[in-house]
Amino acid sequence: MEIPYVVHPRRDTGLYNAKVGIWLFLASEVMLFGALFSSYILLRVGAEAGEWPTHLLNVPIGTVNTLVLISSSVTVVLGWAALKVGNFAKYRACQTITVLCACAFVGIKSYEYNDKFHHYQVITKDGKVFDGHLVSRDKEAVVLHGHQIDASKGKALGVREASRHGDHGKEIEIKADDIKKIDNYGPAHNTYMSIYFTLTGLHGLHVVAGALVIAYILWPGAGMYKTDPERYINRVEVSGLFWHFVDLVWIFLFPVLYLL
Amino acid sequence: MHTTTADTHHAGAHEAHHDEGGFLKKYVFSSDHKVIGIQYGLTALVFLFFGFCLIMAMRWQIAYPNTPIPLVGGLLNGLFGDLATKGIMSPDLYNMFGAMHGTIMVFLAIVPLAFGAFGNLIVPLQIGAPDMAFPRINMVSYQCYAAGGVVMLVSFLIPGGAAQAGWTSYSPLASTIPGDGQTFWLVGMVLLITSSLLGAVNFIATIIQLRAPGMTWMRMPFFVWAQFVTGFLLLLAFPPLEAAGLMQLADKVLHTSFFLPTGLAVGGNLANISGGGSPLLWQHLFWFLGHPEVYVLILPAMGIVSEIVANNTRKPLWGYKSLVYSSLGIGFISFIVWAHHMYLTGMGTKISTFFQTTTMIISIPSVIILTCLFISLWGGSIRFNTPMLFALAFLPMFGIGGLTGLPLGFNYSDIHLHDTYYVIAHFHYVVAPGTIFGLLAGVYYWYPKVTGRFMSETLGKIHFWLSLICMNLIFMPMFLQGMAGMLRRMSDGGAMYSVAKVGAIGGLSAAIIKLNEFVSHAAWMLALAQLPFIINFFWSISNGRKVTSDNPWDATTLEWQTPTPPPHGNFTKTPEVVRGPYDYSLPGAPKDFVPQNQTT
Ligand code: HEM
Ligand SMILES: [Cu+2]
Repeated sequence: MEIPYVVHPRRDTGLYNAKVGIWLFLASEVMLFGALFSSYILLRVGAEAGEWPTHLLNVPIGTVNTLVLISSSVTVVLGWAALKVGNFAKYRACQTITVLCACAFVGIKSYEYNDKFHHYQVITKDGKVFDGHLVSRDKEAVVLHGHQIDASKGKALGVREASRHGDHGKEIEIKADDIKKIDNYGPAHNTYMSIYFTLTGLHGLHVVAGALVIAYILWPGAGMYKTDPERYINRVEVSGLFWHFVDLVWIFLFPVLYLL
Repeated sequence: MHTTTADTHHAGAHEAHHDEGGFLKKYVFSSDHKVIGIQYGLTALVFLFFGFCLIMAMRWQIAYPNTPIPLVGGLLNGLFGDLATKGIMSPDLYNMFGAMHGTIMVFLAIVPLAFGAFGNLIVPLQIGAPDMAFPRINMVSYQCYAAGGVVMLVSFLIPGGAAQAGWTSYSPLASTIPGDGQTFWLVGMVLLITSSLLGAVNFIATIIQLRAPGMTWMRMPFFVWAQFVTGFLLLLAFPPLEAAGLMQLADKVLHTSFFLPTGLAVGGNLANISGGGSPLLWQHLFWFLGHPEVYVLILPAMGIVSEIVANNTRKPLWGYKSLVYSSLGIGFISFIVWAHHMYLTGMGTKISTFFQTTTMIISIPSVIILTCLFISLWGGSIRFNTPMLFALAFLPMFGIGGLTGLPLGFNYSDIHLHDTYYVIAHFHYVVAPGTIFGLLAGVYYWYPKVTGRFMSETLGKIHFWLSLICMNLIFMPMFLQGMAGMLRRMSDGGAMYSVAKVGAIGGLSAAIIKLNEFVSHAAWMLALAQLPFIINFFWSISNGRKVTSDNPWDATTLEWQTPTPPPHGNFTKTPEVVRGPYDYSLPGAPKDFVPQNQTT
């Protein structure tokens, strides 16, 4: 006996095997990201007053990235639809754009990450808090381009107030001997940054994985279109479903991390 | 379809000869569900044995604290150096063994055996499918499992040794113990979770898509239903633990503070972390998996027991539909009871009350299942073969385990019982003489299908009776110890809290502590009681009594309507299912059983 319904749908379920598989897999992905979103909520409601940073991320850049991903979801559908009616060239063009969008997204995200790794907070021994971009750092002193913060109501609130009035800050030099603690806005900075990096990092991995699969089907795996076209179209559909999910996750991530 | 067994054996041997260099492809990198099932089964049995060895060493330390362990003390000293000086088990080593005992038993032994082995072997056969829906993913699933197992084993030998924070790995403890044991544990868990995720997708898709013509949902054997629900539990409950695992890994490696609160002190000094995290978050995420996981442990065993009970009472199962709906009910409700493991964390009474209520509700379907199985026995002419003995013993043992769960489910009584040996006794009754007996029943029952030979009944019965007695001698006294207030996870068996040390009020009496010795001896006896099984298992492969037909137990389900052992692709022609799974003693039928694909 051979395994049935590899290509054609089963009558009573109306689905072929891989489609059942991808839906189940996506259900588990919902639980994975759901758990991380729940963690975000618990950490946020548990944070001390004034310590949960908001508006720390660059909204215009985030918006651009959102548009990039949404466009890629459109091209995925257009590509699949074109393939369904036998227009392989259009399919290839659309999916190429999808893959390029994925690369653009990852590129922009890396720029944002990089920015956070150069953003520092310094606490001096006499309790002052400085916040800004690292200009230079050596044995003697640290130079930041930023603000001094009023941390009396919480550090995060202080950062927000300092940068509210369109004030871009100035260069501040802090002597190395005066520094009690210095760290960048990496994952260990506070729980907001931790969950930010975890959520976007995991999402980023999904983007990369999805793009690799789509690219594989598009180029090295395209031979199947000649030998077994129906199965090939199914593959495109299944990878497209995954891509929509990846897109959907970002639609949640963007408001939660950038806007709220 | 009905090739004689001798023939297929011969053909099998022939093929192996011709298939040059095919050994790897046939037995190691096979995508055939039966081979993968056997791989899962053998690996899981080895881990079961290994996990048992860990606890046998610990039981010495509990019974005779701070004395050298006989027989293996020298070995432990050699392997672990300072952690077992002169063969005496240090508290660190005790914690390590304890954490790994739990982890190995749950994630590397029972689940792979119940789901990976029996599910893989039997489910496609019982629904009349040629294989799993995604055979290659199935193979990768086993490989991830094996890799996870290797990571766990290797962690014993790294500097600092394996994880020490219990199978539940509560933070901040788990994140602050020095050494890389916990990191290995987390990496191992991610691999194991990936494995069961792939398995779950595969099982569910197989059951939805590959049922043979006529195999409607309500004609599926109950075992298939049990695996179906188990698949969903694994699919949906494990990802949150994966998320939690990633966060704990970040705490460990990137120095984040997901689970580490502000002001955390380690070794008397303020930890150099940002703080702001929540230890309770870990517990919620862990038990969100943890509770469904206990049903992952029990449901497949219930499925196996149901098959064997129907077969050996020669009667249809009583209340097949109730069994199906109850297992579905368990599946749903098991996602909303998790915090009954956390009553003592100060979640607040409102939340506790909610979880107490759901816990009581989920007991109902469990009771229904047990009752159906008991009633199924009524009026049957029972065949007392070894599989049936294990299946019968499962019923009261699971009953004891389940009933003793109720006092734990009420938060008022749990305040007293939490974290004591009572809890240990509760869950071991469900998992050891419960699930493990169910799994052993399955081994004895399906062995002839895989090998073409029976296991020895005499050795089987010795194995059964000794195991039954030892299991009860081990776990029954633990209820007493727990109610007397003996806490779990203490490397001196409670000596620190004896009457001699803390006085008559609140101290553990000498009699209660003395029970430790009794229990330990029973545990070592249980090990001896497994010898007949191990001998039987290997000896019968080539010396057992040969089966004389493809259906030696006169069973109705489809796995017996194949050649023995089933060839690649399972069925010689697609079976047409025409009836329910348990048509035993059908009035007017020529024999006392009618297979699912036969029209009387
Ligand atoms: C049928 C009704 C059941 C009820 C009401 C119940 C209730 C509970 C409760 C409330 C606890 C937490 C006790 C504490 O930590 O203070 C517990 C622990 C546990 N139960 Fe059950 N249980 C039931 C069935 C099962 C089954 C079927 C299994 C497994 C096959 C199981 C396995 C466990 C395990 C492993 C633990 C301990 C986990 C740990 O703390 O290490 N239980 N049970
Ligand atoms: Cu539970």
